[in-house]
Amino acid sequence: MGNIVEMKKIRKEFPGVVACDDIDFSLREGEIHALLGENGAGKSTLTSILFGLYQADSGTISVRGKMVNISNPNVANTLGIGMVHQHFKLVHNFTVTENIILGMEPRRGLVVDTKSAAVRIRDLSRQYGLNVDPAALISEVSVGMQQRVEILKMLYRNADILIFDEPTAVLTPQEIQELMKIMQTLIAEGKSIILITHKLKEIKAVADRCTVIRRGKNVGTVSVQETSEQKLAEMMVGRQISFVVNKSEREPGETILSIRDLSVPGPTGVPAVKNLSLEIKAGEIVGLAGVDGNGQNELVEALIGLRKVSCGVIEMKGTDVCQMSIRERMEKGISYIPEDRHKYGLILDYSLQENLSLKTYYRAPFSRRGLLSRSHIRQHAERVIEDFDVRAGEGAQSQARSLSGGNQQKAIVGREFDMDPELLVAVQPTRGLDVGAIEYIHERLLEQRQRGKAVLLVSLELDEILDLSDRIAVISHGELVGVVDARDTDESEVGLMMTGIKRGEVS
Amino acid sequence: MKFRSGFNRKYVLSLLAVLLGLIAGAILMSSTGHNPVEGYRYLFRGGLMNLARVGNTMAIATTLILTGLSVAFAFKTGLFNIGASGQMLMGGLAATAIGLTYSWPRPVLLTAMMLAAMLAGGLWAAIAGFLKARFNVHEVVATIMLNWIAFWTIYYVIPGYFKGPFLETESRRLPAAATLRWPWLSSQFSGSYINIGIFIALAAVIVVAFVLERTTLGYELKAVGYNRHAAEAAGIKVNARMVLSMGIAGALAGLAGGVFYAGYAATMQIGILPSQGFDGIAVALLGASSPWGVWVAGLFFGVLHTGKGFMTAMTRIPPEIADTIIATIIYFAATSVLVERYWDSIDRSLSARRERRSVSKEEGGN
Repeated sequence: MGNIVEMKKIRKEFPGVVACDDIDFSLREGEIHALLGENGAGKSTLTSILFGLYQADSGTISVRGKMVNISNPNVANTLGIGMVHQHFKLVHNFTVTENIILGMEPRRGLVVDTKSAAVRIRDLSRQYGLNVDPAALISEVSVGMQQRVEILKMLYRNADILIFDEPTAVLTPQEIQELMKIMQTLIAEGKSIILITHKLKEIKAVADRCTVIRRGKNVGTVSVQETSEQKLAEMMVGRQISFVVNKSEREPGETILSIRDLSVPGPTGVPAVKNLSLEIKAGEIVGLAGVDGNGQNELVEALIGLRKVSCGVIEMKGTDVCQMSIRERMEKGISYIPEDRHKYGLILDYSLQENLSLKTYYRAPFSRRGLLSRSHIRQHAERVIEDFDVRAGEGAQSQARSLSGGNQQKAIVGREFDMDPELLVAVQPTRGLDVGAIEYIHERLLEQRQRGKAVLLVSLELDEILDLSDRIAVISHGELVGVVDARDTDESEVGLMMTGIKRGEVS
Repeated sequence: MKFRSGFNRKYVLSLLAVLLGLIAGAILMSSTGHNPVEGYRYLFRGGLMNLARVGNTMAIATTLILTGLSVAFAFKTGLFNIGASGQMLMGGLAATAIGLTYSWPRPVLLTAMMLAAMLAGGLWAAIAGFLKARFNVHEVVATIMLNWIAFWTIYYVIPGYFKGPFLETESRRLPAAATLRWPWLSSQFSGSYINIGIFIALAAVIVVAFVLERTTLGYELKAVGYNRHAAEAAGIKVNARMVLSMGIAGALAGLAGGVFYAGYAATMQIGILPSQGFDGIAVALLGASSPWGVWVAGLFFGVLHTGKGFMTAMTRIPPEIADTIIATIIYFAATSVLVERYWDSIDRSLSARRERRSVSKEEGGN
C-alpha cells in the first residue's frame, strides 16, 4: 500500500526552540502509525501542521501523492484529514447530532435538518460499532462516549486520515480497551490513523509502525512488532531507563491526616465529594485513583482550604482544620503540589526567587515588620535551586515563565519540600514532564515517605499510582469505592473500581 | 535589534508611543496646512519657555502624577480604577470642608486636609473594592457609577454648606493659609501656579515605589494582580487585598483631589467631573504602571497641556490638534502590546531570512 500522507523536511521554530527540525514522516494507507515522544518533543506540533493549525517554516506535505498547502483546518477537512483533540471541542448543552453537524448544518429551507443528519449519524455509528445515541445531550454522556462523538465528527466529514492526540489520557482502562477495538474497526473500514501518545503499552497493542521523535528530530521509524517496549523507551529518551521504582518496605506510623464523612460541594453546588472517609499515616503514600472529574479536585481543594466543605471533619494530627484559613493549614504542615502549576503553583511574572518564597515570605527571615529581606530570599532560593537541581538561565533572578515545565515543577517541589511538611498533597505531580524529570519527582516523593511524612498522591496515571503507593484509594462519582493494598492489587482491579464497582462484586 | 530585558523594553515602547504620537500629530498639522516644526516649537516652548511656564507645567503635572499613580497602583493588583475623578471629588470635598471650617495653625491644617482627602478618596474607592470582593461586581462598572454619585454629591453639598458669597455654583474661596500655595515657591517661578503639591506628588511616588518593591504588602498585591489563583493557594487573602488595593488607589486619587482643589484651584465648582481622573489612565499607561514612569509621563503630559494654549496663540493651529496628539500618544501607549508583537514578528522574519540566505550560500558553495 502506498503512502497517503508524506511530510518531508518539516521545520517549525518557535521563539527559542526548534519544535520540528526537518522531520520526515509518512503514513501508509490503512495503517495505525504511532507518534511517540516525550512532552515537548514536537509530535503535537508536527500533527498540528498537518491539520493546518500551524504553518511549517519550510518543508513539503503531500496527500495522496499531490503536493498541498494546508493553510487552515478547513483545508485539512476537505483533504479528508480529521483530528480528535486531547481536550474535546464539544458544546455541552447540545445533543450529539447538533455537535456533529456544527459548522456544516444540513438545511431544509431555512431550518436545520437535524432529522436526516441523525439518521446518517446512526448509520455511521452502527457501521463502526460506536454505539452512540444521536439524541443524547453531551453533558449527560460519559467522557469515553464524548470521545466517540469526536470520532463520529470526523467520520461525518468523510475524513479518512484520522489523527488521535493522546486519546487515552482521559479514559478508564476499560474504555481504553474499547477505543483500541474501535481503532481496529476503523482500519478495517479503510481509514488510516496517526496515534500520538507517550504510552508504550498502547503502541504495542494497536500500532503497526511507530515514529519516535526526540527534541524535534525523527529518531527513527520502526515496525512495532519487531521492537520491544524497552527499545522504544530508549529511543524516546535517548538513554537507558529503569522502569522499576525502588520502594523499600516501611511500617506506617501514627495517623497524620484523618478525613471523616466529608462532603464537598462542586462548582454548581451539587456534592462533588460524598461522605468520604480516609486516613493517611506517617511514612505512607496513599494513591487516589479515579477517572478525571470524579471529585478528586474538590477533595484536594477542601484539604488545602480553597473550597468550603458542607459537612464532615478534616483532622491533622488530631486537630480539626476545617475552619482554618489556607495559611493556618500550611503552618499545620499541609503542603500542596497543584495539578495546574501555571494557575495555582507559580506566579509566572515573578522571578524564581520570589516564587520560591511564595509561601514563606511573610515570616522571618524573609521579611521583618513588613519589609522584605531580598538577601534572605535570594539565599534561600539559591539553596533550593541547588538542592533540587532547578535549571534556570539567570539563576534565582530568572522569570518563572522562562523556565521549562520540568524545572518549574522542580521549583514547586523544592518550595513545598523545603517547608518540611507533615502532609504532602501532590496532584498529578508528573503531568507533562519528560521521563527524566518524572524519575526525579518519583524519587523525591519516596524520599518524603522514607522520612516519615504522609503523602496523598492524586494521579490519573494508574501506573504511577501502582508504582508509588502503599495503599490505593479509589474514588468514583465523589464516593470512595474502596481502599486496597498496593501489593495485592493490579491494574484491572483498580480499573474496575474506578468505574464504581466494589471489590468482591465481580469474580 | 532585540529588546533584552522586560524592564527596558517597556520604556522603549513608551518612548515609541510618544514618538509615533508626535509623528501622527505632525502629519495632521501638515495636512491641515500648518508647519509642524513651528507647531511643536511653540508647543514645547509654551510648556518650558520660562520659569513661570515650567511652574505651571509642574502644577498641572502634580494632579496628573497622583491620578496616574492611583490608576497604576490598581493596575498592579489587576484592578482597573476608572473612578479617579470621583475619588478626586470626594478628596477635594473633604479637604475643602476642613479648610473652610477650621482655622488651625497652617502645618496642622494642611496635614489634616491632605489626610482627610486621602481618607475620603480611599473609602470611596474601597466601596468598589468591597463590591468586587463580596459580590463580584466589576470594578469598572462600580467606579464609573461612583463617579456620578460623587458628582451629584458635590452638586448638593457645595451650594448647601459651602456656598460662595456671589455664585451658587462655587464654594467659598479657601483662605490663603488653607491652600498649598507657598509665596516663596511661587516667586521662584515668577508667580506661577506651582505649589507644594509637587513635593507631595514626589513623596507619593517614592512611597508607592517603596511599598511595591520592598514590602510584603506590595509583594502580596502584585501577586494577586499577576495570578490571583496562585496567590490564594499560597495563603494570601485575595479579597481583602483587593479591597485594600482599591482603597490605596482611591487614597492616591483623593490626594490628587486635595492638591488640585487646595493647590491649583482654591474653590470647588459644581457640575464638573475633573478630567484629570481619566487622564490618569493615560499617564499610567504611558508610564508602564511603574511609579517613576508615572512621574515622567505626568510631567510630559503637563508640558503638552501647558504648551497647548501657547501654540494656539502663536500659530493658527487649533487647540484640538494638541488634544489629538495627546489622544494619539495614549492610543499608541494603550496598543503597545500590538506594537510589541509586530516588532517581534519583523524581528523573527528578518533573522529567518538571514539564516536562510546563509544556508543557501553554503549550499551554493558545495
